[in-house]
Amino acid sequence: MLKSGSKLERALKEGKFVITVEIGPPKHASADGIIKQAETLKDYVDAANITDNQSAIVRMSSIAAGVHLYNAGLEPVIQMTCRDRNRIAMQSDLLGAYSLGIKNVLCLSGDHQKFGNHPQAKGVYDIDSIQLIDMVRSMRDKKEFQCGEKILKNEPRFFIGAVANPFADPFEYRVLRLEKKINAGADFIQTQCIFDMNRFERFMQMVRQRGLHKRAYILAGVNPLKSVRAAEFMKKKVAGMIVPDEVIDRIRKAQNQKKEGIRLCIEQIKHLRQIEGIAGIHIMAIAWEEVVPEIVEKSGIR
Amino acid sequence: MIITKPKPVVEIFEFTEKFDKLMIVGCGGCASVCSAGGEKEVEKLSRELQKLYEEHNKTVVITTSVVVRQCDHKYLEEIDAQVKKADAIVSLGCGVGVQFLAERYNDKLVLPGLNTLSAGGTVQPGVWEERCGLCGKCMLHQTGGVCPVTRCAKSIQNGPCGGSQNGKCEIDPNIPCAWHLIYERLLVAGRLDLMMKYRPPKDWSKDRVRSFQNNKE
Repeated sequence: MLKSGSKLERALKEGKFVITVEIGPPKHASADGIIKQAETLKDYVDAANITDNQSAIVRMSSIAAGVHLYNAGLEPVIQMTCRDRNRIAMQSDLLGAYSLGIKNVLCLSGDHQKFGNHPQAKGVYDIDSIQLIDMVRSMRDKKEFQCGEKILKNEPRFFIGAVANPFADPFEYRVLRLEKKINAGADFIQTQCIFDMNRFERFMQMVRQRGLHKRAYILAGVNPLKSVRAAEFMKKKVAGMIVPDEVIDRIRKAQNQKKEGIRLCIEQIKHLRQIEGIAGIHIMAIAWEEVVPEIVEKSGIR
Repeated sequence: MIITKPKPVVEIFEFTEKFDKLMIVGCGGCASVCSAGGEKEVEKLSRELQKLYEEHNKTVVITTSVVVRQCDHKYLEEIDAQVKKADAIVSLGCGVGVQFLAERYNDKLVLPGLNTLSAGGTVQPGVWEERCGLCGKCMLHQTGGVCPVTRCAKSIQNGPCGGSQNGKCEIDPNIPCAWHLIYERLLVAGRLDLMMKYRPPKDWSKDRVRSFQNNKE
């Protein structure tokens, strides 16, 4: 039986190797750009994540942007962070999002407000990402608000996602933390961008030892590098990221860095697909979404 | 103790310059311990304000006093007479001290000379760090004696988040990740089961309880 009935859930349940992408909403009030992106991407991917003020920079809300995608025929996964809302606002937004047709939610802590364009903002962090997962599950399975009050009818039935970062520390704890998220109710997992394949293989080995790949669908995160500058930015500026030197060197030495970035990404996808326990790929082509169709086609998934 | 830090003297002058009879009240409690509101700081502020008044061709009479603690009325009685002669009071106490003075001398304006930062302790001479978030529901027994409410930038109850790398917090490479510290302590203590324990949403209604009496039900 399906928990949410979302297309993403159905595809995973049927054993399809899925592809999700990430779309960043605009820093203005028109959806024209993301609607166009949705039209380009919808035949290549199963769903698209809509980030929630990523890097703590103000953008169109993930729910509003998600509705535009939904209307354009691309199934959204709205991201929800714990940074900007307390448990009251989050549950209210979950009810609203579900009423608008959204069925997938990805729960995360969120980048600290310090990184964004309003570093003086007060971070909320009323609850953390694991508590958020548990809250969304309770609304669905127990038909209860976080406070324990019953939702008498029309409970929101989300397909619940969580993130895992195998590249953060302490490494040995990362798999246990993933397990904690699955215990709290995560149905699917999207990982941080993978560049350090050895570390990821070790992570997946531990995941399989604990049988976690059988309890949640794990989508491996990839990021096509546009330039050596982008690779260096990832390495130095993005929290909890590992980009090995050989990856940076390979992009640096390439005659055409963009093409090399795409080629590398395709190789990574082909490799990841062979790893036992990987149910799909999550492509984070930050501000370079137009390459997604080429990557999907050449990696031989569709 | 409560950690405080002096406001820049020009900022204090901005709000005192309308007055020509000032009294600076120091606090012999926490503010004195963290070198912000003791005798030395009171005298220093007095000299610096005097200088600023002169530079602005203004005259001022400044008197000073340091009480044992500003946060208890019994220690304020001794300055009642002196306060009467002043138009405004500058408190070199924490926010609590400022308010106790303002409540007692409600016909005078009491100006804060310090910024109140946190509840913390001395980690080395001259360096103070926050340790307690006054959340009203202590969980330190579950976290190896490290407080995630204050020491984790996101006050996460089930950490560490994905921004923890090499033992440091994503917001600053000089700040240790609280949950990395917790992990290491629990590992040594053989209590990693506490890392796996799910802690439900915190009851923030217990945060900074407004008033209470110890030893009474």
